[in-house]
Amino acid sequence: MQSDSGSLIAKPRSRLFAFAALPNFFKLVTRLVPAFTIVGIVAGLAGAAVGFLVAPTDAQQGEAYRIIYLHVPAAWLSMVLYVAMAMWAAIGLIYNTRASAIMAIAIAPTGALFTFLALCTGSLWGKPTWGTWWVWDARLTSELILLFLYIGFMALHASFDDARRADKAAAILAIVGVVNVPIIYFSVKWWNTLHQGASIRLTEAPSMATPMLIGLLLMTLSLWAYAAAITLQRAKCIVLEREREAAWASDFAKEL
Amino acid sequence: MHWHSLQEFLFMGGYGTYVWGSLLVTTGAIASESWLVRCRMFRARQSVTVVAARQ
Amino acid sequence: MRQPVDILAPLAFFIMVASLFPLGIGPDKSLLLRIAPGIIWVSALLASLLGLHRLYETDLGDGSLEQMLLCPGPTVLFVVGKIAAHWLLSGLTLALISPIVALQYGLERASLWTLLLSLMLGTSIFSLIGSIGAALAVGGRGGSVLVALILMPLYVPVLILGSGALTATLTGADPSAHLSLLGALSCAMLALAPWATTAALRVSVE
Repeated sequence: MQSDSGSLIAKPRSRLFAFAALPNFFKLVTRLVPAFTIVGIVAGLAGAAVGFLVAPTDAQQGEAYRIIYLHVPAAWLSMVLYVAMAMWAAIGLIYNTRASAIMAIAIAPTGALFTFLALCTGSLWGKPTWGTWWVWDARLTSELILLFLYIGFMALHASFDDARRADKAAAILAIVGVVNVPIIYFSVKWWNTLHQGASIRLTEAPSMATPMLIGLLLMTLSLWAYAAAITLQRAKCIVLEREREAAWASDFAKEL
Repeated sequence: MHWHSLQEFLFMGGYGTYVWGSLLVTTGAIASESWLVRCRMFRARQSVTVVAARQ
Repeated sequence: MRQPVDILAPLAFFIMVASLFPLGIGPDKSLLLRIAPGIIWVSALLASLLGLHRLYETDLGDGSLEQMLLCPGPTVLFVVGKIAAHWLLSGLTLALISPIVALQYGLERASLWTLLLSLMLGTSIFSLIGSIGAALAVGGRGGSVLVALILMPLYVPVLILGSGALTATLTGADPSAHLSLLGALSCAMLALAPWATTAALRVSVE
């Protein structure tokens, strides 16, 4: 199998399709990873400094609220990553591009990790504030279900030997999942009410003090950049694993 | 700076275990994931080199 | 789904599991009445998952799946037919015997009707969504556990709505909101699931 899947499309409708070819994709990603890593580290240090050193104490929850700087970005990212994964899956199915499918596969473990982190930090936040290690509120329960969606995706992909079959089946599952996520979310919300109302809404002024908001946004940026970096690095691994035999891969190896 | 001493900072108003526990879990998770991807890249590069050497 | 065991095993499982819970919990009538909706629904959910992974397996194995996909007519109709057969044989029967099982928990007439209706709608959704899961995993290494893992998050809304309807009836509230949402979900899945299943089946024979 030649590694020039981009040639399936005779005249690329946009230059972006050049990156559907795995060697081009690989070169692009190699340049992106260090950039994202640096953003992640800088934003992370800044966000942690603002959130843990500068921001004031919360009136009701005391210092325990500072877990918000870890829990909320992780939770947001777990959901954003799932949507991104479904988007790459859809692109991969529609245009039959392997690079897009590989992006979806690469996102999944990171998305699952962030979901797990959201659950852990949510639990550690819940113990001092609500008194128990687990609370069946709408957000945490939805996160738990999201974790199962990620695990199901990864398990389905792992159950096939043929990489393309696995990619496509998992892609369909991701799309079915993303369509169901609103249904799941609203049914869980109906099932239970309690979680503290979102302090950041797109249409309203945030009810948090400004240093808190800045810290939160910086931490979100940091975790997002980290997720991008690690996902792209993992995508490189997948490309190398699949394209071992290809000529361009051995050229790349000779450069090392 | 919100804190007056290192003691106060580490104590976190009594919630030290939870706050630092969360930070530990997060950095631990990120570190493990990075390490695992690093290992995976190393193995992928190795297998490419092996295949290249055979040709 | 050709053998009688494929139809009977989930039913037997459902009856067994729903009967086991009171043995594990104790004969306290009021407690059993309170937990009945959840237990009956979870038992129904688990029973529905039981034979699903084999839904398209035999078709893939003997080549009839490829035949069906190559047919000039719309494959979607074939899929709808398979799902309908699955539901009529396993889902509907489960719903019909559920009132008998529910008697063990002390449910009365009004709640038995809600149970029947909610399970009829619920099992139809289980069959529809389940067909997607079965089609995705067919021919792979994962067996029933993989299909259960994939489908579990997608089944949660049905579980919540279904047991919510029953709880509503038991507490004297009106279950029509839950039931109409279940009906809406069923219609939506009837429109969407066959297409997703067809896409998944095409991937499996490539």
